Amino acid sequence: MEHYNMNLTLKVWRQKNKDDRGQFETYQVKNISSEMSFLEMFDVLNEELIRDGKDPITFDHDCREGICGACSMYIDGRPHGPWQANTTCQLHMRAYKDGDTIVVEPWRAQAFPVIKDLMVDRTAFDRIIQAGGYISINTGNPVDANAIPIEKDKADLAFANAACIGCGACVASCKNSSAMLFVSAKVSHLALLPQGDPERKDRALNMIAQMDKEGFGGCTNTGACEAVCPKEISISNIARLNSEYLRAGFTVDK
Amino acid sequence: MLNSRIPAGPLENKWTDYKGHCKLVNPANKRHIEIIIIGTGLAGASAAAALGELGYKVKTFCFQDSPRRAHSIAAQGGINAAKNYQNDGDSVFRLFYDTVKGGDYRAREGNVHRLAEVSANIIDQCVAQGVPFAREYGGLLSNRSFGGTQVQRTFYAAGQTGQQLLIGAYQALERQIALGNVIQYSRHEMLDIVKIDGKARGIIARNLVTGELERHFGHAVLLCTGGYGNVFYLSTNAMGSNVTAAWKAHVKGAYFGNPCYTQIHPTCIPVSGDHQSKLTLMSESLRNDGRIWVPKKQGDARKASEIPEEERDYYLERRYPAFGNLVPRDVASRAAKERCDAGFGVGTSKQAVYLDYADAIQRYGKIECRKLGINNPDAETIRKQGVAVVKAKYGNLFDMYEKITGENPYEVPMRIYPAVHYTMGGLWVDYELMTTVPGLYCLGEANFSDHGANRLGASALMQGLADGYFVIPYTIGNYLADDIRTKPIPTTDPAFEAAEKEVRARIERLMGIKGKQTVESFHKRLGKIMWDKCGMARNEKGLQEAIVEIQQLKKEFWSDVRIPGGVLEMNPELDKANRVADFIELGELMCKDALNRRESCGGHFREESQTEEGEAMRDDNNFQYVAAWEFKSDSSWELHKETLEFEVVKPSQRSYK
Repeated sequence: MEHYNMNLTLKVWRQKNKDDRGQFETYQVKNISSEMSFLEMFDVLNEELIRDGKDPITFDHDCREGICGACSMYIDGRPHGPWQANTTCQLHMRAYKDGDTIVVEPWRAQAFPVIKDLMVDRTAFDRIIQAGGYISINTGNPVDANAIPIEKDKADLAFANAACIGCGACVASCKNSSAMLFVSAKVSHLALLPQGDPERKDRALNMIAQMDKEGFGGCTNTGACEAVCPKEISISNIARLNSEYLRAGFTVDK
Repeated sequence: MLNSRIPAGPLENKWTDYKGHCKLVNPANKRHIEIIIIGTGLAGASAAAALGELGYKVKTFCFQDSPRRAHSIAAQGGINAAKNYQNDGDSVFRLFYDTVKGGDYRAREGNVHRLAEVSANIIDQCVAQGVPFAREYGGLLSNRSFGGTQVQRTFYAAGQTGQQLLIGAYQALERQIALGNVIQYSRHEMLDIVKIDGKARGIIARNLVTGELERHFGHAVLLCTGGYGNVFYLSTNAMGSNVTAAWKAHVKGAYFGNPCYTQIHPTCIPVSGDHQSKLTLMSESLRNDGRIWVPKKQGDARKASEIPEEERDYYLERRYPAFGNLVPRDVASRAAKERCDAGFGVGTSKQAVYLDYADAIQRYGKIECRKLGINNPDAETIRKQGVAVVKAKYGNLFDMYEKITGENPYEVPMRIYPAVHYTMGGLWVDYELMTTVPGLYCLGEANFSDHGANRLGASALMQGLADGYFVIPYTIGNYLADDIRTKPIPTTDPAFEAAEKEVRARIERLMGIKGKQTVESFHKRLGKIMWDKCGMARNEKGLQEAIVEIQQLKKEFWSDVRIPGGVLEMNPELDKANRVADFIELGELMCKDALNRRESCGGHFREESQTEEGEAMRDDNNFQYVAAWEFKSDSSWELHKETLEFEVVKPSQRSYK
């Protein structure tokens, strides 16, 4: 892989706090190596800003290996930037060339208020999980792990949905700011397993109710969420969520 | 005098006896007892869920925006459990034995045996929560092997076992939040412990969004705050992973155990330049199928594909035929360093070795063709089938490698090099996981207890969940049973006031420096000192120099650091400055501990103490003890020794040949 250096123009959203109106600021960054990660490029910029006595850009990040789900930049109109199945922290600068201009914004959704600059509040996701995204079992009760065999295909599918990292890119990409992909991934993960079966009706109803309460929009099947999901969660889960919801709403067993 | 409070009696009965005799708190009293938990990784989230279920009033704190993002999430390879599902000779005793041996006979037998005993319960618990472990076609759980063992006891979920286990614990925690048993404080950082009458009774935390300081009372405080690998600046830890909570506890009286025991993981993506902010691990599970090699010729500049088979040195297979590429981490790391230092390294930096999947692709490809009934398959078909198998097993790891390096590991061998990964050292705890401060507990990677001087792969997740789900729910009752008459102490108590004042003064002092150098630049310099002189190989002269350099760095930090912004706002640079200041102090203690331990053991390699073949040489006569350091004053510690007694396993020179 050939390495090269580049100079770039960055247009970054700056907002002091949730009440501030916010605006774009333009920055020039020089000698950025194609081997750097996108966030390392921000580190370089922030070090310069601090040396110049300015306020560095605040953004969420932690593991920097694409699994914690903290990073959340909306880059040139796309959550997590141009690469498929990728998080911002795993985006590397060889995706860009000398002279490029890059526009970076926070996730934008009513349910994700901006805390500062590129950092948003995603605690709405925690509250949706609290509404039912679990299996109600206390510690110490379970039977032997191999007592209930699970079809490999089903287990693999449950795993594919459990791979959701809760980053919120699906919401950020959606014109309705819908959280349906996130909710459907959790509902599917648990509904596909025999352990999750006893609570599946309440789970679907309660998680959807909480999702609406948080101010996320409805789903109109555009598919933007699936296209940007770093973990490639399938939109077919939304169909499963709808059927879980209908089944729960139309059938009574109490 | 340090008392580890290991129960008397035969090893295999200790934990059962303890559980049968420890004090209990009745449910009506649990409702009135408050517990504070710092950190929401595997240890913290599982402890919070388990204690909430029991009926205690729990408060959890994490610096991330959600408890689900704690760094346990990044664990890749798997979790060990003595289930013996594979009928390959595994047992509780063997897991115990492997762990003690793997730790180079520097762990407590009692703790490790308990860990092995509860390991099977963890798997049951996780499956019941809906953790989607890998399965075989028959529907039962799948296993693989990991370094330092000869059985298949590792349960896994592709290359993201940590994420799946943490989501399981996080869901259990969120359920307790929904039930009102736990209150969660995200984006909060603990900045001090509050002690009243010698007991831990609360914390001072900073709300990272508003910058305000908060006081929280608890009958007991649990630190589940992970390891301190970021003292090296570059490590596989998350950017936010830090030692601050543990360090504050240390300064307030909790002894620090074996701070110099650091795990350098052999298979990480090499450093690419000065801009590097962190290192990425490639799971140890890759050593199941990958082969590690360097050219036989020094300074060989040819591409890997141009180096014929007979000119490759599969040095792990050569040196350790019994375990081959699956030797424990400390051994594999040192062997890689030895080859690179001797001039056999590969890649532009020459600080890398190859991890090659060509053989595995061939082997799996042939098996697949046989399974599919393809007779006399051509090379391309074999390769295609083999790649498909490797992809199914390790696909996400290979993708990650390609994203970072821009190279396709299905085509060319991966380049890897050791990197700081885990810290076996941590706050000293007794059998009940209590530190030397009554009422202050420490769980998971943050404590020192189970891994000795080297941790085996897939054992960190096991320990975090063992401590949280199955140990602390019993041991904390034994303490709290005597505390049922203690009413909640109002946070207007002078002890809270004094602690908050101290925290405020330190923040003001930091902000008032208004120097020229950034926090990051200090952290990088500290990391370089630590890596060069307290890293994979250590010697007396280097360590003495490091101590002087760190003391100098500390002076410079406190007189020239520049922190932008204000206090009462979201200010990540201030958060980082607080953490780096603590890392600097820890760095000095690590060097002092490494200097004191004039033997090699596990991850701690003193150049002065090695066998003729360059293996770590222990000195059991003089160093068969846990070094527990008591903080006295700035740059001054007193050493306390806990002698390690081995009643069952006989320490010997570790051999993987």
